[in-house]
Amino acid sequence: MLELKDIVFEVPLESDPSCKKRIIDGLSLTVEDDRFIVITGPNGGGKSTLAKLVMGIEKPTSGTILFDGQDITDASITERAKLGIGYGFQQPARFKGMTVKKLLDIAAGRKLPMLACNEYLTKVGLCSASYLTREVDKSLSGGEVKRIEIATILARDPKLAIYDEPEAGIDLWSFERLTDTFRDIHEAQGGRSIVIISHQERIISLADEVIVLRDGKIIETGAPGEIMPRLGFMDKGMPGCQLSEPTELHLTEIPTTC
Amino acid sequence: MTDKKTLEPIDEELLAALTNIHGMPKGAFNIRKNGELVERHSSANIEIATKTDYPGIDIKIAPGTKGETVFIPVIVTQSGLKDVVYNTFYIGEDCDIEIIAGCGIHNSSHKAAEHDGIHTFYCGRNSHVKYIERHYGEGEGTGERILNPVTNVVMEEGSSCEMEMIQLRGVTSTIRDTNAELAAGARLVLTEKLLTHDAQTATSNMKVELNGEDSSVQVISRSVAQDDSVQIFNPLVIGNTACRGHVQCDAIIMGNAKVKAIPGIEAACEDAQLIHEAAIGKIAGDQIVKLMTLGLTEEEAEEEILEDFLN
Repeated sequence: MLELKDIVFEVPLESDPSCKKRIIDGLSLTVEDDRFIVITGPNGGGKSTLAKLVMGIEKPTSGTILFDGQDITDASITERAKLGIGYGFQQPARFKGMTVKKLLDIAAGRKLPMLACNEYLTKVGLCSASYLTREVDKSLSGGEVKRIEIATILARDPKLAIYDEPEAGIDLWSFERLTDTFRDIHEAQGGRSIVIISHQERIISLADEVIVLRDGKIIETGAPGEIMPRLGFMDKGMPGCQLSEPTELHLTEIPTTC
Repeated sequence: MTDKKTLEPIDEELLAALTNIHGMPKGAFNIRKNGELVERHSSANIEIATKTDYPGIDIKIAPGTKGETVFIPVIVTQSGLKDVVYNTFYIGEDCDIEIIAGCGIHNSSHKAAEHDGIHTFYCGRNSHVKYIERHYGEGEGTGERILNPVTNVVMEEGSSCEMEMIQLRGVTSTIRDTNAELAAGARLVLTEKLLTHDAQTATSNMKVELNGEDSSVQVISRSVAQDDSVQIFNPLVIGNTACRGHVQCDAIIMGNAKVKAIPGIEAACEDAQLIHEAAIGKIAGDQIVKLMTLGLTEEEAEEEILEDFLN
């Protein structure tokens, strides 16, 4: 279980470093085991920052983060990873010389059998026969790297997985596979929690709970059925705080048939 | 021929680091230690003979030899020694062979130990050669470990050559000179991997002349410069005819190291297609963070990134 208590995160203003900008503003949130939560809201609302605070990539200015009752506010990224927190980056890093297989092995913390690699890659719509030996460098397209990023989280199988806009750059076919995968993990009720930052209706509709974040604060929470109609309303009716357009789903030339 | 020497445990370790094999290799090989022959073995198709004019060996590979490997490692454990050796490979037509060379220096003294290997390859028509050269230094002494290899490659029509030259750790100073001439349809892939640390220096000069139509070269240089080390790269590709050349220098810089990459291309034909790229940069923060989210510590992440980069 993840508990955020009164989290504040401030950064110095670029124009005037003596002034602070508040990105997360006194936010409290609990994610129980086996829950599937989607965080949505306008760009610049603090969603990615919140995810980074949970993973330890950023440290809060004040507030407390507990994971399974343990205070992890000052824990390093590595410590949090070892405790069972996983993070799928919105813009994944590339590694010259590292094969997809090696990255999956590192993620799993052991040498994976080929069959397992196949399974993880298939779940994100990549045909492993051609991908396992490829390097995670600029020879891969953005969509390919993104799907490999998600596969690393599947291979890691963390107790709490946070995905930052997993749909971005992914083609429709793969996206369907991905939403099925998220649903399967959730339905397995294996004590795993999933937190996804998304603007995608299909992902939002899978959630147990939808959280709308704006200006670093939770402005609404509820079941998808309650929140989704209002998201549309906010989009149309509240100037200055519009939801961004859903990330476009691209049909790419990546081979998706295995 | 000098008296045969036996290998001590320290030699075995050096040899294993160079060739990835333990004990005596199979097939054709020549093991040299401290300027003298330790053991040599020719095979039915590969003849190794002592040169009569210079120190070194001639390796003659019969036309049509396929699937064989030649090992010619050198080890230096005696400080104060400067060992210069000329090894010449005559590779017949239609061969497909692998050559594994390298030099390991163990220097436990304050005096310098140096090995300069001058390797020349004549690659016969339509032959394919894979050449792997590893350079490695170790030892608790303050004496310099110096390796100044010269590699000359003459490639006949339709031949192809993959050369991988690796120097990972321990070599105080190196000046590497690599020269190649390619005839029509010849294809060369030159990969250089280098890691320097402490106050080490490394200079790599390459000159590849594409003289025959449809010849091609790919130069791939990947290096890591740590601490106060200095690296200089001067790869030059000259296109004298319709040909293709690609030079790529990638360096990771750390600490107070310095890296200078001067990739050069020269064309003397309008159908010569030559490209060069060079990049120097530190390890990207997002790479470290990603690996930390997979449970690695910062140090482990850095090690992993370097290991993969140098592959």
